Amino acid sequence: MSDTQRITVRVLVYGALIIWTFVSLFPIYWTLTTSFKTAVNVTQGHLIPWVDFLPDWKGWRSLGLSPDTIGQVSTVREEFLKRFANSVIASLGAAALAVVIGSLAAYGLSRFDYKFGWMRNKDISFFFLSQLILPPVVLAMPFLVLYKELALLDTRIGLILVYTLMVLPIVIWIMRDQFDTIPIELEQAALVDGCSVWGAFLRIVVPIALPGMVAAFILSVILCWNEYFFAALLTSTNAKTLPVMVASQTGSQGISWWSMAALSTAAIAPLVVIGVFLERYIVKGLTAGAVK
Amino acid sequence: MNTALPQTAGKMHEPLSRIADTPQGPLGRALVWGASLSLAFIALWQALYSAGVIASGFESWRPVLYAFLLWTVAIGVAQVLMRGERGKHALFVLPAVAFTVAMVIFPTFFGLYLAFTNWNLSSAAGPQFNGLDNLRSLFADAYFWNALLNMVYYVLFVLVQYTIAFGLALLLNADIKARKFFRVAFLLPFMLSPVAVSWMIGKSLMEYRFGPAATLARHLGWDNPAFFTTPWIARLSIVAMDAWVWIPFIMILLLAGLQAMPKEITEAAKVDGASPWQSFWQITFPLMLPVSVTAIVLKVIFQLKLADIVINVTSGGPGGATDTVSSFIFREYRDRSNVGYGTMLAEFYLVIIIIFVTLLLKFASRFMQRTT
Repeated sequence: MSDTQRITVRVLVYGALIIWTFVSLFPIYWTLTTSFKTAVNVTQGHLIPWVDFLPDWKGWRSLGLSPDTIGQVSTVREEFLKRFANSVIASLGAAALAVVIGSLAAYGLSRFDYKFGWMRNKDISFFFLSQLILPPVVLAMPFLVLYKELALLDTRIGLILVYTLMVLPIVIWIMRDQFDTIPIELEQAALVDGCSVWGAFLRIVVPIALPGMVAAFILSVILCWNEYFFAALLTSTNAKTLPVMVASQTGSQGISWWSMAALSTAAIAPLVVIGVFLERYIVKGLTAGAVK
Repeated sequence: MNTALPQTAGKMHEPLSRIADTPQGPLGRALVWGASLSLAFIALWQALYSAGVIASGFESWRPVLYAFLLWTVAIGVAQVLMRGERGKHALFVLPAVAFTVAMVIFPTFFGLYLAFTNWNLSSAAGPQFNGLDNLRSLFADAYFWNALLNMVYYVLFVLVQYTIAFGLALLLNADIKARKFFRVAFLLPFMLSPVAVSWMIGKSLMEYRFGPAATLARHLGWDNPAFFTTPWIARLSIVAMDAWVWIPFIMILLLAGLQAMPKEITEAAKVDGASPWQSFWQITFPLMLPVSVTAIVLKVIFQLKLADIVINVTSGGPGGATDTVSSFIFREYRDRSNVGYGTMLAEFYLVIIIIFVTLLLKFASRFMQRTT
């Protein structure tokens, strides 16, 4: 390759990379800046703060989160914080539960031979993974009726159970891949030294598999945090999560973009932080099992 | 998948011949019987109470749930008592199996019952069996078939997403600086909730009057940049938003595949004088086939559940052009409280999905690295 060719290739590669970076980041940038705009800035399509518009706390004030309102009582802020807390509890709770029972199942399937009737390990694994294809609509209405009978409608426990179900197949997939890579000799040595099966699992295997568990946990938290379908159907006043709040504001607020933008920014901020700092784990979680 | 599990739960207890192995065998067997009978008794009592046959009972069915939990614990203990070491092994999968049976198999079968009733939550009358009426209206429901046809389009667009994602993965795998920065930037859309994306892109960026995307389109010569008023443009807009969220997912899988590929092969091809184009089609692409098929199959499975963006941006409009099956059923419940008919649609869709995915896996499994 000649030098000019090499330079052309470089320019094309970096050009494409920059274009897609723009595509990926512009909506996030747009949302963040719009939360600091006033009506005029929105209608005139101003884009760059301090250059073509002066940032204003308007959007955040409507949420009760701007510097001048943060000390005052604000019903909107209370509402927002309540939804935020619901989202945090539901996603952390479900992710923790799914990682615990999912890891146990994955370890069992990776180490022991089961035979339940005609079902061998392969069939049991497939049974768990096949839950992935189950669309939420199939369960939504039976859950609605059953939850009503069980007094679980509009409770955070109810949401945690549904979300656990949703991420369990993914956790099992990731963790089984993790356990398969741990050499079985380590546990055999522990068993010889007098550990029980469970002792060997808790003391030897869990510490080694911890990075995988963290990856599965983070991926589960993301999926649960973003879940909308079940939350919209199964919660109303008490256990409503952040996505439901965002969705219900979308219709009613019309053109008050600054407050919608502030709300959206607040809803996605935790995930952007997770994405930037824990990207390694997310990639690990996504690629486990699918790529060898 | 669904028919398999009741059997599993039933056969958790091994054949009787094995029980004699441990001294506590009879104790374990007694525990299983006791726990099962207590659970059945509580469930029956509550059923009679809610049917109005007996006067006293619990306020809700919640105690039956607790009884189920206790039953699971008792079965677990009994496994260890009856089968010793093998029982301890079974304890690993038992919680996940019990959880999935309670949360998937039972509701799905309960849903089958709902599907054959005319239950409408807004009417005072409870569920009433109405035979095949729901199925008949399903076959006559043009909107449902339209939504199903839309699913075909949406699934086909996965191939476009895959193409773009492959391109991006190749870029990230090239010899570039600041790879980590680009990888994080490309991954971020995947982290965002579809509901937030609906507003950020669908309702504001693509807004007709002030949205930057509309403004840009006007500059490029499209006089009337309405993204959601004509069927195909609306469909493409939804597809674009979905792609924005999901391309990073496919890209990450493909990138991992590319990185796992031995470098020597492509370098050898280069030495032999293959052009980049040739070496991609003759070496990289065939080697990447297993990862590609896995990524496409996973994305197709997720695509079949597409709903959030459609519900929040277009509500299926214009005239059902962007409707997915999930969003259609969601509105069937939300707007008309039609639980019976909605469940029938959902169960029917489930059957179609199971058939489709089974065929897809059959076809794809010879390319995939790992079928389960």
